[in-house]
Amino acid sequence: MTNFATLTRMRIQLTLRNKMFLFFSVIMPFGFFFLYAGVIAKGIPRGVRYFLGPVMALTVMGSFWGLSAALVMFREQGILRRFHVTPVTPSDMLASSIVANYVLTLPTVLMEFLLARTVFHVTHFGDLFSAFLLITIGTVSFASMGLVVASVTNTMQETQVINQLIWLPLIFLSGATVPLVSLPQVVKHVGLFLPATYLVTGLQSAIFTAAAPWGPDILLALCSLAVWALLTFFLSAQLFRWEPESKIPRRAKLLAAATAIPFLLLGIWGNKTNRTLSQAQAMFDSFNAPSKPDAPSGNAH
Amino acid sequence: MLYTLFQVAPEWWGATNMANAILEVQNLVKRYGDLEAVRGVSFAVEEGEVFGLLGPNGAGKTSTVEVLEGLRIPDGGRVSVCGLDPQRDSAALKHEIGAALQSTSLPDKLRVMEALRLFASFYKRRRNPEELLKRFGLEEKRNTFYNQLSGGQKQRLALAMALVNDPKVLFFDEPTAGLDPQVRREIYDIIEELKREKKTIVMTTHYIEEAERLCDRVAIVDHGKVIALGTPRDLKAHSGGTTRIEVRLSKPESNGTLKNLEGATDAREVGGTYVIHSKRPPQTIVSLVKHLEAQDNELVSLEISSPSLEDVFIEMTGRRLRD
Repeated sequence: MTNFATLTRMRIQLTLRNKMFLFFSVIMPFGFFFLYAGVIAKGIPRGVRYFLGPVMALTVMGSFWGLSAALVMFREQGILRRFHVTPVTPSDMLASSIVANYVLTLPTVLMEFLLARTVFHVTHFGDLFSAFLLITIGTVSFASMGLVVASVTNTMQETQVINQLIWLPLIFLSGATVPLVSLPQVVKHVGLFLPATYLVTGLQSAIFTAAAPWGPDILLALCSLAVWALLTFFLSAQLFRWEPESKIPRRAKLLAAATAIPFLLLGIWGNKTNRTLSQAQAMFDSFNAPSKPDAPSGNAH
Repeated sequence: MLYTLFQVAPEWWGATNMANAILEVQNLVKRYGDLEAVRGVSFAVEEGEVFGLLGPNGAGKTSTVEVLEGLRIPDGGRVSVCGLDPQRDSAALKHEIGAALQSTSLPDKLRVMEALRLFASFYKRRRNPEELLKRFGLEEKRNTFYNQLSGGQKQRLALAMALVNDPKVLFFDEPTAGLDPQVRREIYDIIEELKREKKTIVMTTHYIEEAERLCDRVAIVDHGKVIALGTPRDLKAHSGGTTRIEVRLSKPESNGTLKNLEGATDAREVGGTYVIHSKRPPQTIVSLVKHLEAQDNELVSLEISSPSLEDVFIEMTGRRLRD
């Protein structure tokens, strides 16, 4: 087996032995799921289906949190130093974090689909292939962002502060908690600069309106998240530090800000064309429309 | 004065150009910002040799070893390990070396056997983890989480892990620091066994006992420089260190006469015993016995302790090693 594969196995083993994992990857996502599906959507299948997108997005995005904390802890405790004297490379280390995280996130996502079906009797899940692609690329890209956070912060405390600062706008300004269209006008415009917005809207389009992967909305979300994932992975490999005492220079932190460029451009474009907002609005209107049977809506196949 | 003796006579301590050198360091310099941690260190290590870097904390030992392991980029000088440049050939070198680092750790919830298997999986050449487990007395701990091991067990695991790739050169950085004396002796036994197997080991330590007991040759390092290098015996002999002879006599004796014994450099009474320092202990003892016979005095007890590397260090720096 390659170093990458054995490291991935180790990361999965260790994560499963960690109680924090249980909270972030199991309890929190299911908490959101039942809150949205049971309370906000009142258990109505059509409503549950509308909110599945945001719930999945939260599950997918939550991954960056534990990932950055684990890597920083590994560095602070001198664990990474030990790997440094072996043939393991920074890319092995980082890629194994991402893949282990993906493998551990999938069961939660599957459980959410399963619960929607069994508990809330949702019969149609739109375009599952689109959803699968978005979940995959979303998990990888947000995990990769977590790796950047780990590489630009020097202490665990700093990491947690940055995580908080990132997490709050991600969940509140992207439509993941409050639907994008119900947000104040200014906030909507800010939301268009966040990767999370494209993930939420994309997942919602896939599940609620059965948007195909080659449709413009899903494609836009997939491509922007993929480019972002590449940028963040490349940067985190460049800035990777094995030693607890090696500190990150200030200008490197600026580089981290540069990974936001794809979404800066996308945000400008989105604000000009209003495309993503009108898509979110259309879905919201459809959700609020006088109750229709739970059948595939939009351009279903 | 002695300092200059060591400085001007590098051929005496055989710094470079050794025939079977597996590891060579020439004028190594390592800086951290304004701090020059290593200031022109040179030495060579022969295959099958246990080589020690002895010095106080902050002398530059760890920095030197970490450059050799390829963990740090040197700021000057030339380094070669197994014929490889630790920076340029880092990937190849890592298959040839094994290390027990200072201030390192493993994930809390990793089990002993998993750690050995995981690290073995990184290498082309591997040793059987089962055999290492047995050899390092960790069989009963095979399924124990790392955070449940004692300090000594963690250190034994660290040494076992250094061997998973059957390395050509082993680096042990302060292998017994922070361990209690009994555990320390356990670690000594392990290193002595590796020594019998003719493993090449480069180790750092600030314990005199460790350097004298385990190392074939020792480089004494202070303030980023090698201030003396040789076998422990040579170092002590060349340092001008004196042997301490402690005697108890049946009748009191005046210090003045004992100081005049052959080879003696100093003599004083300390709480009923006489402590004589001598450059030539056998002669001093013979003349002491003759002197006592003439005085109709008798020897009650006699104890000889040889000079230690600590004496060498004090003589050269004016400080004790652990200050």
